[in-house]
Amino acid sequence: MKLLQVNDLRKYFPIQKGILQRTVGYVKAVDGISFDVQRGETLGLVGESGCGKTTAGRCLLRLIPPTSGSFIFGEEQVDLAKLTHREMQPFRKRMQMIFQDPHASLNPRMTVADIVGEPMRVNRTEKGTALQDRIVELLESVGLKSQDMRRYPHAFSGGQRQRIGIARALALQPELIVADEPVSALDVSVQAQILNLLAELREEFNLSYIFIAHDLSVVEHISDRVAVMYLGKIVEISDAETLYQSPKHPYTEALISAVPLPDPNAQRKREHIRLEGDVPDPSQPPTGCYFHPRCRYATDICKQETPELQEVSQGVQVACHHSDTLELQGV
Amino acid sequence: MDLTLEVPLRLSVFHFVSGYGCSLFFIKIGAKIQYFKNMNPTIEITAEVEDANDPWADGGQLSYRQLIWRRFRKNRMGVIAGALLLLFYILAIGADFFAPYHYNEINMRLRHVPPQRLHFSVEDGFYVHGLKSVRNPESLELEFTKNLAQRHPVEFFFKDAEGRRHLFSSTGPMFLLGTDRMGRDLLSRIMYGARVSMTLGLVGVFLSIVLGSILGTISGYWGGWVDNLIQRIIEVLSAFPDIPLWMALGAALPPGWSSIQIYFGITIILSIIRWGGLARQVRGKVLAYRESDFVMAARAAGAGHWHIITKHLLPGCYSHIIVIATLAIPGMILGETALSFLGLGIRPPMTSWGVLLEEAQRVTVLLHYPWLIFPAVPVLVVVIAFNFLGDALRDAADPYSD
Ligand SMILES: Nc1ncnc2c1ncn2[C@@H]1O[C@H](COP(=O)(O)OP(=O)(O)OP(=O)(O)O)[C@@H](O)[C@H]1O
Ligand code: SF4
Ligand SMILES: [Mg+2]
Repeated sequence: MKLLQVNDLRKYFPIQKGILQRTVGYVKAVDGISFDVQRGETLGLVGESGCGKTTAGRCLLRLIPPTSGSFIFGEEQVDLAKLTHREMQPFRKRMQMIFQDPHASLNPRMTVADIVGEPMRVNRTEKGTALQDRIVELLESVGLKSQDMRRYPHAFSGGQRQRIGIARALALQPELIVADEPVSALDVSVQAQILNLLAELREEFNLSYIFIAHDLSVVEHISDRVAVMYLGKIVEISDAETLYQSPKHPYTEALISAVPLPDPNAQRKREHIRLEGDVPDPSQPPTGCYFHPRCRYATDICKQETPELQEVSQGVQVACHHSDTLELQGV
Repeated sequence: MDLTLEVPLRLSVFHFVSGYGCSLFFIKIGAKIQYFKNMNPTIEITAEVEDANDPWADGGQLSYRQLIWRRFRKNRMGVIAGALLLLFYILAIGADFFAPYHYNEINMRLRHVPPQRLHFSVEDGFYVHGLKSVRNPESLELEFTKNLAQRHPVEFFFKDAEGRRHLFSSTGPMFLLGTDRMGRDLLSRIMYGARVSMTLGLVGVFLSIVLGSILGTISGYWGGWVDNLIQRIIEVLSAFPDIPLWMALGAALPPGWSSIQIYFGITIILSIIRWGGLARQVRGKVLAYRESDFVMAARAAGAGHWHIITKHLLPGCYSHIIVIATLAIPGMILGETALSFLGLGIRPPMTSWGVLLEEAQRVTVLLHYPWLIFPAVPVLVVVIAFNFLGDALRDAADPYSD
């Protein structure tokens, strides 16, 4: 059952110059992406830094206004992109966000109880002792102790802070959580704990995730399907298994080759595809296929024509002119 | 004002104070503490037990304000400056009680009495000598000298003719800082003047905080053309040199106004110029916090503008606001002093430090009655104390930098 259907989401940030703030161009941070999320499913959203993942997530929650696009949400099939702020209010409870930086996402001037309780206070869902009880319950469900509620964020480690952020996201009993690189700021040992916690919570509360990450190894175990983004566009989307085994887009192949293999022999034999050059400036994207300056399979057509995202087999969509002829290396 | 008066004063006195008196004093204290630490190794050990995650060893239970206070307390200069200012404010507000005379108690026969020395003897306690007057044959002014035969003891909790209590006064003339051209006690006038000068700084800064915070928040939070407009206004205001603008505004105050109206008029004039800097700072902070993840989280939970501004944005600015305000008060005090000095500020019979200094304006007056310049001392002390306090607060305000 579909929980969310995103159609052609765009977010352009105007570039303004001079005292008159004239718009001289646009950063196309998100440039027409479409995907859906099933109930109980985790969709991984992967791409290099700056490709527009956070922007996409913020648009979905209407934290920033999208330039265009529609998000059809829930059984009601409501288009969230068209709602006014007031109409949006009841839907806010149903989708929440977990943030990338556990230091920046908790107000240092508030106690843990205030932070975790804030969503409930704002929405007046609980108050008084019921609120206190609920805060304790939430803290315990993310592996913190009830004494922690009177402490301030500065007393916690990165992993603990991320747990506080998760407790806050759970407070309103959402159906969908956008987790924006929830582990990329953490130590490797702590990463696994947080990923396990997120997986457990998904079962316990029947959550759906949009799980954002900048490398494929993090989303590998937690995602049912994966969408790969490059410069504001989705270049490949398919179920996780297929994507890892037989990628169809050269960019996906490069990302997979960066994932370390557990077997050292296999790791040694495997070719590591180094991506040449940097991510292009999203205000001046390349012509044709955005990936062509860095693609080792690029041909003339790639420089001129922009490939559309097309379904190449059941549930697999790719945006590449040569996807049907290329033999790409998976895990 | 800033350039011509405040900076040189601050620098020179700072060098003097830190160069000699205070630094010696603090080096001594520091050495003592060091000495005790060496004697008593447990101090070192407790320092090492602290949790690495919790540099304040408070179990994470201390609020932001408590953390700031903790750090502030460690700054001795700041604490001393703060205590000194508190004392000044108490003296100023309680001037009716603390001053030996009423500020307007005129005594034409005791004009320009030089400061009298305070003496102490076991029989009489504290006392001052009586006064002998001789008329100067050239200026025809009375000149005063000590009458050693006469002693006027200083009485504590003195009850004056109108039945008002004073902390100390005397039945005979007792002018520890001398008198002015109308025979009024300078010490009392300084205390009463402090009331106007020091509260004017506070009230003025309070006004500019209110104005600056509101406009800064609007500017930073909503952005767009409102932001543009407010920024341009601030630029225009700050492009004017302070003194001429103050003078123009001061001259525009109607001459018929009562003292209290003038007081508030001056306050408003001073704060009009000062809110801009504060608004800028608040705007910058708000701009940074507006996009921060914790504000995004609040928004994702459905929090409204009011909640976000009052719970997340302004609390993030409090420490800055306090620091800026503290550092702005001396500017206001000097502004008032300058305006009154020029005869455009507080008008007699109300008195302020500026009014007192205005009376010491002419070189001939100063030559004959040098004690009339004394009101400059509290101005200096207060300005420096506020600067030290502000610096200490600034250092303490950011508990996450070390
Ligand atoms: N408020 C903004 N104004 C202008 N440009 C912006 C704004 N926010 C983001 N951008 C630009 O949009 C692009 C995408 O940014 P975004 O933060 O979404 O990337 P990301 O994929 O989340 O990267 P990261 O992995 O670093 O978090 C970047 O080029 C960024 O500079
Ligand atoms: S379209 Fe061409 S340049 Fe783009 S990914 Fe495919 S092969 Fe590479
Ligand atoms: Mg991001």
